[in-house]
Parts: sequence; structure tokens; C-alpha cells
Amino acid sequence: METRSERLFLEPRGDVTIVSFMDKKILDEANIQEIGDELVQLVTKDHRIKLLLNFENVEYLSSAALGKLISLHKRVREQNGELKLCSIRPEIYEVFKITKLNLLFEIYDDEELALKTFKGSG
Amino acid sequence: MNSVKIEIPSEPAAKLTVEKALLEALQKHSYAEKDIFAVRLATEEAVVNAIRHGNKLDSQKKVVVNFSVTDGRVTVVVCDQGEGFDPAGVPDPTDPRFLEAPSGRGLMLMRAYMDEVIFNEEGNEVTMIKTRSK
Repeated sequence: METRSERLFLEPRGDVTIVSFMDKKILDEANIQEIGDELVQLVTKDHRIKLLLNFENVEYLSSAALGKLISLHKRVREQNGELKLCSIRPEIYEVFKITKLNLLFEIYDDEELALKTFKGSG
Repeated sequence: MNSVKIEIPSEPAAKLTVEKALLEALQKHSYAEKDIFAVRLATEEAVVNAIRHGNKLDSQKKVVVNFSVTDGRVTVVVCDQGEGFDPAGVPDPTDPRFLEAPSGRGLMLMRAYMDEVIFNEEGNEVTMIKTRSK
């Protein structure tokens, strides 16, 4: 079943949860705290430990967002889960590249490619 | 030259006031999306650094942003009332030892996205310049 909050759209696919962002400039300082908290709660409260973040709607992000993604990554790893990112537009991917976070995160071109790489899929 | 001065309190959300005015000026001068993205990101990072690290979220202190946008280039000056810092002392966030640190990437992004990033001697004021992309 799909679930929405004000900020996140959740779509389960097997044991993976695909998370899309509702706002185009999600990851700005004004709402980054709430988004970061909601993402962490997916892991700690809902125990969704296989997460695919779909960045299709995201047109802008800053370093505050990168910090939240890193915290989420740590939480997921603590739970032996998997966190992957997909559909990042080129100008946003550039931010990951400059900060070398493309080396830390697993990033895929689209949802289908990313879904195939989760453990136990296919 | 059309210069704008904005004074904001040391609260993270206050950066939106700067962002709105700057975006309007960039659009008025028909800057390309990638230039707008660059200036917006660098300015956000500089303003957030000024609020958090410069003024340490002290409500008594202000951040002053001056910017000018012409057809050829954008200049943004961000000044806080903190003690200043030494930019050379900031660790490289892409060093594998710091790759998973939750913060410390703002300065690197400012330098990557602007043509020039110059701090005053005290380290509490930064001037950033970007020339319009060809």
C-alpha cells in the first residue's frame, strides 16, 4: 500500500520501500530537519531497512541534505539494511560528485535498475 | 550597479529572505538555470555557515548579505558578527577519514560553484563572484 506524508511518498516493492520526495526543493534548510527525522523514523520506528530514495522530483539540495543522507546511511547500516539512491538529475549528481559522496552512496540511473541490486531480489 | 543589502537574524530559516531576493535578481537578468543553481547553493552555504558557525545562532547577532547582479556577473558578500575562522584550517571533506562526517561540505561547495571565494583577514566575511556562463 502506498503511504503519503506531507514530505515523503512511500511505495513498498517486495521488502524494499521506495521513498520519493513530494517537494522539488526538499532538501533545503527550512524543512530539512523534518525530512531527516521522517527518514530516520522509517528505519528506527517502522523498521524499513531496505530503502530506495528516488530523487526524480528533486531540483535542488544543499550540504544540509547531504548530512541527513549520511546520518540515514549510518542508521540503515547499523540495522544491516540497504540504502540506495536513484534518478538523480545531473546538476544534483554533480553535488554528490564534488563532495565524493557518489563513492559512499550506491546510486543508480532508475528505480528498476536499483531494485534489482537489493539482496534477495531476482 | 544595482546593489541590494539584506540584514537577517541568526535563524536558519531567515536565509529564505536572501534566497528569494537573489533568485528574483538572477531571473530578471536571465541567468541560465545552472548559474542560478550555483549562486543559490553557494549563497545558502555561506549564509548558513554565517548563522551557525559565525554567529552561533545568537539571536543578538545579525548576518548582512550584500549582492549585486549585472548582466555579466554576480557578486555576493556575506558578513557575520562572529569571531571569524581560518578557511585554511577546514579539513577536506572528501578525505576518506571525513567522508562520513555529517557536516563540513559548505565551503567546498562554495569554492566549486563560484569563480572566486575570498575571505577577509578576520574570516567573518566572504566575497563570492560568479561570471555568467558562456
